[in-house]
Amino acid sequence: MNRYPLWKNLLILAALLAGLIYTLPNFYGESPAVQILPLRSSMKADTVLLGRVEDTLRTANLNVEMVALDGNSIKARFADTDVQLKAKDILKAQLGDDYVVALNLLPRSPQWLTNLHALPMYLGLDLRGGVHFLLQVDMKAALDKALEATTGDIRSALREENIAYSGVSRDGNNLLVKFRDMESRSKAEEQLKQRFSDYALTEKELDGEFMLQATLKPEAEHRIQESAVQQNLLTLRNRVNELGVAEPVIQQQGADRVVVQLPGVQDTARAKDILGRTATLEVRMVDDEHQIAAGGVAPFGTEMFKDREGNTLLVKKQVMLTGERINDAQPGFDNRNNEPAVHINLDGVGARKFKEATRENVGKRMAIILFEKGKGEIITAPVIREEIGGGRVQISGKMSTEEAQDTSLLLRAGALAAPMEIVEERTVGPSLGADNIARGFNSTKIGFMLIAVFMVAYYLMFGTISVLALAANLLLLIALLSMLQATLTLPGMAGIALTLGMAIDSNVLINERIREELRNGMSPHAAINAGYENAFATIVDSNITNLIAGIALFLFGSGPIKGFAVVLCLGILTSMFSSVMVSRAIANLVYGRHAKLNKISIG
Amino acid sequence: MEFFKIKRDIPFMSYGRYTTAISLVTFLLAIFFLAYKGLNFGVDFTGGTVMEVHYAQPADLVKVREHLAANHLPEVQVQNFGSSHDVLIQIPLKQNVVGAKLSEHVMAILHKQDAAAEMRRVEFVGPQVGRDLIENGAMALLLVSIGIVGYLWIRFEWKFGLSAIIANLHDVVIILGFFAFFQWEFSLSVLAAVLAVLGYSVNESVVVFDRIRENFRKMRKAEVAEIIDNAITRTMSRTIITHGSTQMMVGAMLFLGGETLHYFAMALTIGIMFSIYSSVLVASPILMWLGVSREDFIKPEKVETEEVLP
Repeated sequence: MNRYPLWKNLLILAALLAGLIYTLPNFYGESPAVQILPLRSSMKADTVLLGRVEDTLRTANLNVEMVALDGNSIKARFADTDVQLKAKDILKAQLGDDYVVALNLLPRSPQWLTNLHALPMYLGLDLRGGVHFLLQVDMKAALDKALEATTGDIRSALREENIAYSGVSRDGNNLLVKFRDMESRSKAEEQLKQRFSDYALTEKELDGEFMLQATLKPEAEHRIQESAVQQNLLTLRNRVNELGVAEPVIQQQGADRVVVQLPGVQDTARAKDILGRTATLEVRMVDDEHQIAAGGVAPFGTEMFKDREGNTLLVKKQVMLTGERINDAQPGFDNRNNEPAVHINLDGVGARKFKEATRENVGKRMAIILFEKGKGEIITAPVIREEIGGGRVQISGKMSTEEAQDTSLLLRAGALAAPMEIVEERTVGPSLGADNIARGFNSTKIGFMLIAVFMVAYYLMFGTISVLALAANLLLLIALLSMLQATLTLPGMAGIALTLGMAIDSNVLINERIREELRNGMSPHAAINAGYENAFATIVDSNITNLIAGIALFLFGSGPIKGFAVVLCLGILTSMFSSVMVSRAIANLVYGRHAKLNKISIG
Repeated sequence: MEFFKIKRDIPFMSYGRYTTAISLVTFLLAIFFLAYKGLNFGVDFTGGTVMEVHYAQPADLVKVREHLAANHLPEVQVQNFGSSHDVLIQIPLKQNVVGAKLSEHVMAILHKQDAAAEMRRVEFVGPQVGRDLIENGAMALLLVSIGIVGYLWIRFEWKFGLSAIIANLHDVVIILGFFAFFQWEFSLSVLAAVLAVLGYSVNESVVVFDRIRENFRKMRKAEVAEIIDNAITRTMSRTIITHGSTQMMVGAMLFLGGETLHYFAMALTIGIMFSIYSSVLVASPILMWLGVSREDFIKPEKVETEEVLP
């Protein structure tokens, strides 16, 4: 009766084998590496770049363990950090500003394991060191900006249609448009309804004045907030690229928060600077009349800037327009010839200024310059074909779809959609991270050993079986964590220790039950069977209550607590498998062969 | 080896009055300290900045404190953390000071005093985040409680769910009472431990309840109190050994896991100790008072009565 069918044994064997394979990478450790990523979405890391990297490293005579193309980046692994740092400097000098060259760690596990997607566990920031920021997007400011822009738009719309009005003002989240008579109000209502579909219009009369109240519709409000967060995410991503972080995490959390995690970053001051920076945009006229004098000196009243292809242009110092006047910039297509284009939407003041400037400069080139860190770069320098009014500007010509996307992103990134504030910061130095790993590992090891000694002494053979099952549990849990690439944090390590401590409960239940059945006079074979059968319902019940706690922690926990919850839940699942199936299989192997059993070793 | 060779069932239920009195007293004491002293909430909940700084030589706390006070940081808490080389600096939330910049400011001040001071860890939590964490913690506690009562209701009966959750919330209050009494820092990881204890110690009640249900079916003639006594006595050995094993693991964390895991393990230790007590000596008496009976599990057979018709 105490025999498992072959398929069950094979299933357990297969599970353990898979567990072993996926646990293995954790033993190889990690090597210093350099990761090369293209800075812009229009550029791809390809075999050409791979060749360049290989050549560069070869000519520099650096001992490289491995260079490979991985997704949209190239990774090179080295034996020690000295070589890694040298390689980083050389690659940076060779590849120029178009690529991010970041320091990273790569698993040292053999290729066949990597091919199986067997990777070491993904360590959280508290174990590997790094910075975690939680930024809150100021939604009120985003709405303010949108309402402010609409105020200007309403004014110019009414002016365009020659409708007399006596003022547009803001009242909380509403806009009030005042009119002298009812007639112009109804005319305006018709017009505004068409143009501003995001607003609900209601008529009002107060002190003999006729008013139209425009209220932002809830869905439009939601959309504005959503796009503010999205735009801030994009901007942050761009800025983090500059930091040269290998595996940054930039994610939305909840409705109005953004998480930024920068593993391995030590210089938090610089990280904060770059994240909090506001880039500025300026529109100026290109000076095509003068030449750059010999020796690279710009003539009086002009400045030199490079465009994105590296050409130097002379630009007048006088600023026509600044980036604050840009409400929105979106990639799209030129409706005349369907070429990719960027559509820019200026606010009221900006539209007026732009109209004046374009009227005076038809046929000339203007430059849109992005200033970051005090350094200006020309994003684009189109020719002005005609006077442009109404605040809607289109830049097109000789642009790919991706370039249009990049340019519109840069134009928008000029300023964040809404200001952000750091509301949480967690920085862990690398030495503390290493200490945390050692402590977590040590306490798990000692705890495991104590349990093992006790179990073997108390239950003899069945204790040994329990310990083997517990070891299988640990193996499967680590394999599962490695497979899922769930983030392992220090509380997560505590979770591993705790689930092991709790998992032994199932085996104690079984062993106690077997003893009891033996005392009640059952034969050894029957007792083993009854022990496992009777204990099973209890094991399921008690694990499910644990699982309920784990799931609640997962749903409501944040950061490191979530890591604990993940480990807890996974640990409960693996422990059910190993303490019931694996330990039974071993018991069957030990005792199942004997047809008649007089005594079993259970203390 | 066998620790518990108990021949006769221990009449736990007849001690019910005393054990309940004991839990009531500890419970009230815990409530008293929670109300009187309150929890020493960590930076996770209150908001503020915590910095861990490592010095090459044993740090002179008084000097560090004076130096910080001289640089306009008077209400700063400075204490050792783990070893004499490590210093923990806690700075409460202040208006007008951008929290994220504060840590750099403090580090700059410390470097003036000792250039070799190494920043090991910074945690800054803004006020709105702290509030969210408290709300989420309370929600998690509620969800766990409802989930457990619901599960035990389905699996056993509502009386079991109710008595188990009363017993275990009593554990939670006692853990919190300890943290209030000793003014240990109540951080996010302690909260996680408390919730884990809730799931873990219910497990204890489940084992006893399982036996009670089984006994109702097997011991047809026994009284309810006898049935419960037998269930407790026969699971006692398992209870002690399981908790002992778990405690070995937790103890290793308590002593070897470092400062960060220390209070996490501490909350677990208290939780494990009291969950042994409460699941046996609190949950079962409550269950009895709620009037658990054989009929809760075994539907009485319908007796066909003869009808007399006129």
